[in-house]
Amino acid sequence: MKHDNWNGFKNGVWQDEINVRDFIQQNYTEYKGDDSFLAEATPRTKDLMKKLNALFMVERQFGGVLDIDTATVSSLTSFEPGYLDKENEIIVGLQTNRPLKRGINPFGGIRMARQACNAYGYKLSEKIENEFQYRTTHNEGVFRSYTNEMRLARRSHVITGLPDAYGRGRIIGDYRRVALYGINRLIEEKQKDKEKLGEGNFSDEEIRLAEELFKQISFLGYMKDMAEMYGYDISGPAKDTREAVQWTYFAYLAAIKEQNGAAMSMGRVSTFFDIYIERDIKNGTLTEEGAQEIIDDFVMKLRMARHLRTPEYNELFGGDPMWITEAVGGMGEDGRTLVTKSSFRILNTLYTLGSSPEPNLTVLWSNALPRGFKKFCTKVSIDTDSIQYENDDLMRPIYGDDYAIACCVSAMRVGKQMQFFGARCNLPKLLLIALNGGYDTTSDIHIGPQKSVIDGDVLDYDKVMERVDEYLAWLAKLYVNTMNIIHRTHDKYAYEKSQMALHDTKVERLMAFGVAGLSVITDSLSAIKYANVKPIKDSRGYIIDFETVGEFPTFGNDDDRVDSIAQEIAHKTIVELRKTPTYRDAIHTLSVLTITSNVMYGKNTGATPDGRKAGDAFAPGANPMHNREKNGALASLNSVAKISYDDCRDGISNTFSITPETLGKEKGEQINNLVAILDGYFAKNAHHINVNVLNRETLIEAYNDPEAYPNLTIRVSGYAVNFHKLSKEQQKEVISRTFHEVM
Amino acid sequence: MGRISSLLSLGTLDGPGIRYVVFMQGCPLRCACCHNPETHDINGGQEYTADEIVEKVVKYKEYFGEDGGITLSGGEPLLQAEFATEIFKKAKENGINTCLDTSGCILNESVKELLKYTDYCMLDIKYSTDELYQKYVGCGIDTPLEFLRYLHQNKIPTRIRQVIVPTINDTKADTDALYELIKDFEIDKVELLPFKKICQTKYDSMGIEFPFGSIPSANAKSTKILQDNINSKLKEKIL
Repeated sequence: MKHDNWNGFKNGVWQDEINVRDFIQQNYTEYKGDDSFLAEATPRTKDLMKKLNALFMVERQFGGVLDIDTATVSSLTSFEPGYLDKENEIIVGLQTNRPLKRGINPFGGIRMARQACNAYGYKLSEKIENEFQYRTTHNEGVFRSYTNEMRLARRSHVITGLPDAYGRGRIIGDYRRVALYGINRLIEEKQKDKEKLGEGNFSDEEIRLAEELFKQISFLGYMKDMAEMYGYDISGPAKDTREAVQWTYFAYLAAIKEQNGAAMSMGRVSTFFDIYIERDIKNGTLTEEGAQEIIDDFVMKLRMARHLRTPEYNELFGGDPMWITEAVGGMGEDGRTLVTKSSFRILNTLYTLGSSPEPNLTVLWSNALPRGFKKFCTKVSIDTDSIQYENDDLMRPIYGDDYAIACCVSAMRVGKQMQFFGARCNLPKLLLIALNGGYDTTSDIHIGPQKSVIDGDVLDYDKVMERVDEYLAWLAKLYVNTMNIIHRTHDKYAYEKSQMALHDTKVERLMAFGVAGLSVITDSLSAIKYANVKPIKDSRGYIIDFETVGEFPTFGNDDDRVDSIAQEIAHKTIVELRKTPTYRDAIHTLSVLTITSNVMYGKNTGATPDGRKAGDAFAPGANPMHNREKNGALASLNSVAKISYDDCRDGISNTFSITPETLGKEKGEQINNLVAILDGYFAKNAHHINVNVLNRETLIEAYNDPEAYPNLTIRVSGYAVNFHKLSKEQQKEVISRTFHEVM
Repeated sequence: MGRISSLLSLGTLDGPGIRYVVFMQGCPLRCACCHNPETHDINGGQEYTADEIVEKVVKYKEYFGEDGGITLSGGEPLLQAEFATEIFKKAKENGINTCLDTSGCILNESVKELLKYTDYCMLDIKYSTDELYQKYVGCGIDTPLEFLRYLHQNKIPTRIRQVIVPTINDTKADTDALYELIKDFEIDKVELLPFKKICQTKYDSMGIEFPFGSIPSANAKSTKILQDNINSKLKEKIL
C-alpha cells in the first residue's frame, strides 16, 4: 500500500500491515553525538509557558483543583474545543473546554466522582446522578461480585489500592498508529479482524472480543470527530512533523478523555517523531528551533493533563500524577541505538519549559548507549531530578525493542501487550497476621486460616517461615481471585475503547500483582533469624510488639545473609500467585513498587520485629529501610539489584537520593560519576532507579516555605512530583529517607 | 592481616572516578586539621585479610568504569605498607585500578614496594613550610617532598592535596609557595580543599580536643579563588 504522505520513507512490511516498529526500524536515524545541537525555547514558547505557569499557580492557590465541570461526563466529543492560547498553540486539544478544568468520569465509579466533587467544594450535577442511576459502573459491578473475605482483605489493608473504584489504567495505546496510518486504515483493519472471528467457533471469549471490536471501531470514529472539532481531518496519515505529533496527541487525548485510569502512559514516541523531523529538515521545511518548538508544545499539553481524584486516592498516589510515561532511548535488536536527536529534544524540554514531574521521562539505559546521550541524561538528572532510568539490557531480550513503560516500571510491548493492574499486598502485615494465627490487631479483623498464636518466648525462624508460607499461599489465591473479579468487571463496564483500538486485536495480557514493605519483612525475618525476637502480647494473648535483642544484618548493605531473604520472599510470592489461574489467561507478574502508599501502608501496620514502630512508614518500593544502610550508596544499590527481575517482571523500584557533593566535586565529574553508577548498577541486572541529586536541607526549606519552591520536582517512587503537591505527611517521609552523603 | 577503620562503597572525592574506599587504621601523624581522628590508634579498627577486602571490592567492579577503582586511605596506609601491597597486588590481579591516599610521611623499602602496585597517588602537601609542618603535623616537610620526587621519578600520576585553613595557610602567598614546591614535578592536578568542621562531633564523642576547633570553616569561594590561581600557574607551566 502507498500513500502520498509517506513519500520519502523507506518501504517495508509496515505499509501492508499495522506495524509501527517496522516503520521505525526502516526509517530512523541514529544519533551518537552530544547535546550541542539543541535549540533553546523560542519567544513564543516562553510566552506560552509563562501563561501556563500562571495557571498552575492559580490551581495551586485553589487547593490543587482549578475548576470542575460537574455536569458533563468526559468523553471524546462531550466538550467544546479548549485552548491555552488558540492563536499561538502549535499542538492543540484539551480534555475539557478550558485549560486545567477537570471533567467527570463516573464509569469507574460514581461514588468516587461524587466524593471528589465534594472534596473540592463542588457538587456532582443532578443530571449525571440521574443518568447513572440507570447504569452500572465498574465499582458497582465489582462489589456485587466480591466475597466477604475479599471485603475483609480490603478493609484490613492486607491488600490495598485495588482499582475497584476508578479506571484501572496502565494500558498504553499505540498512539503513533493514528499518525502513521490515519483513522480510516485502522478502522478497515479492525473490521477485517472482526469478520475473521466468524471463521472460528464463538465461545465466551470470541463473543466478548466481537463486541469489544465493535466498541473499538466506533471510538476510532469518535476520535476522528474529536479532531474535526479542532479543525483537523485525521482520517489519513500525517503529512509532516506537526501533523504527526498532533495526530499522536489526539489519540492520547481521546484516551484520557475517555478513561481516568491511574496511570495513563504515553509509550515510546520520540524516536518515531524523529523520523518526521528528519524528513522535514531534509526537505528544508523545518529548522532545529522549529522541531524543538513542536516537541515543547506537545510536552506542554501533557503537563496540562488532569484527572479528578479523591483525597483518599491522593493518599495512595500523592502529587496528582498521571504517569504520562515516555520511554526514551534504548538499543535496537540489531545493535543500533534507538537514541535519536529527538531523544535529546524531549529531555531538553526540562530546560526549555523548566523541570516538571510530567511527562514521566524514563530513560531506557543500556551499557551500549552512546556516551554523549548518557552524559546528557545524567546532566539532566543533576539539574532537574526529573527523570528515571530502567534497564534496557534486562528488558529488551524479553519485550523486544519497541516496548514502553506503563506507570513507573511496567514494561509491555507497545500495541501488543496490555496489563491488568492491581494494587499490592502488605507483606509486613501478612507476617503479623501469620504470627497471630489469622488476626490483624490493627484493624481488629479475623482473616485467613484461623489458628492459635505462634508459640515460644523467642520466635523460631523455621517455625515462622512455615507460617509465612502457609499465609502467603492463602493470600496469593485470594489476591488473584479478587483481581479476576476486578478486571472482568472493568472489561464489562469500563472497557478502554480508544486505547484497545490502538492495540492488535489479539493482545497478550499481563496481570500485575505487587508487594509493599519488602525491606521491612526482610529485616524482620533477619532479626528473627540472627537476633533474639521476643513477642510482646496483649491481655488477649495477641502479639502487639516485639523486643529484639542482638545484632542482625539489614537489607541495603550488600550482605547475602539478609539479601537472600528478600530474594526468597519475592520468589515465593510469584510462585504462589501463579498457582491460581487468571482472567483471560493473563500472565502473572509481580512488582516491588509502592508509589507513595508506603506511608499509608505503614500507618496501617503494627510494630514489626525489625524495630519499626507501629504506624511508621515503610521504605518505598524495593528500597532498604531508611538509614539502615551503613556501607555507602553502592552497597545499597547492590542489595536491591539482587532481587530477580525474573520473579518481578512488573518492575523493581528503587529511589536513590544523593547529595551533589557526594557525587563529585565539579559538575563534569558528577556527570561522569553518575554515568558510572548507572552503568554499574544496571550491569548488576538491577531494573530501575529514580535519581535525586539534592540536599536534604532544600527539602526542609521547601517543606517550611512551599511558595518559595513552586517547581521543586523530586522523584519519589517510579514517578516524580512537585514537592509541594505531596501531603505534609508524605513530605516528611521523603525528607526522612536516606540521603547518601559522605563527610 | 591488617587493621581497617571503615569501608565505604561509594567514594567520588577519593581519587579518579568512582572509588571503593578502605580507611586503614593507624596514623603516625597528628594533624591539627584531621577529620578522621577515629583512625589514629594503631590498635583500633577491625582485622581483615587482604582477600576479604578484595573480595568486597570486586563486587563493585561494574561501577568503576574506566577511571574508578580501590582507594586506600586512612589513617595512614603507609603504616601497613605490606598489607596495603597485598591488597593492591590482588586488586590488580582482578583488573582493578589502585589509588593511594597518603601524607607521604614514610618512604622505606616496603613503601617503595607498595608504590610498584599503585596506579594513582593522592599526596597531601599539608603546608608549604617546614615550620608549619613541625607545628601542625608533627613531622618535617622533607619526607613528603622526597615522596613526591619518588612518585615523579616512577611516573606515578599524582594529585596534590592541601586543606586550606583560615589564618594558617589561606593567603595567595601560601598557595604560591605550594606551587614553588611542586612545579618541577609531573602533577595530574592540585586540589585545594576548604577546611570543614563537620568532624567536630567525632572529636566530641571520642572525648578529645579538636586542635583546630576554634578556627572557623574555610569559605568555599575564597578557596576557589586560590584554586583558580594555582590552576592558572600550572597551565602556564605546561604552555
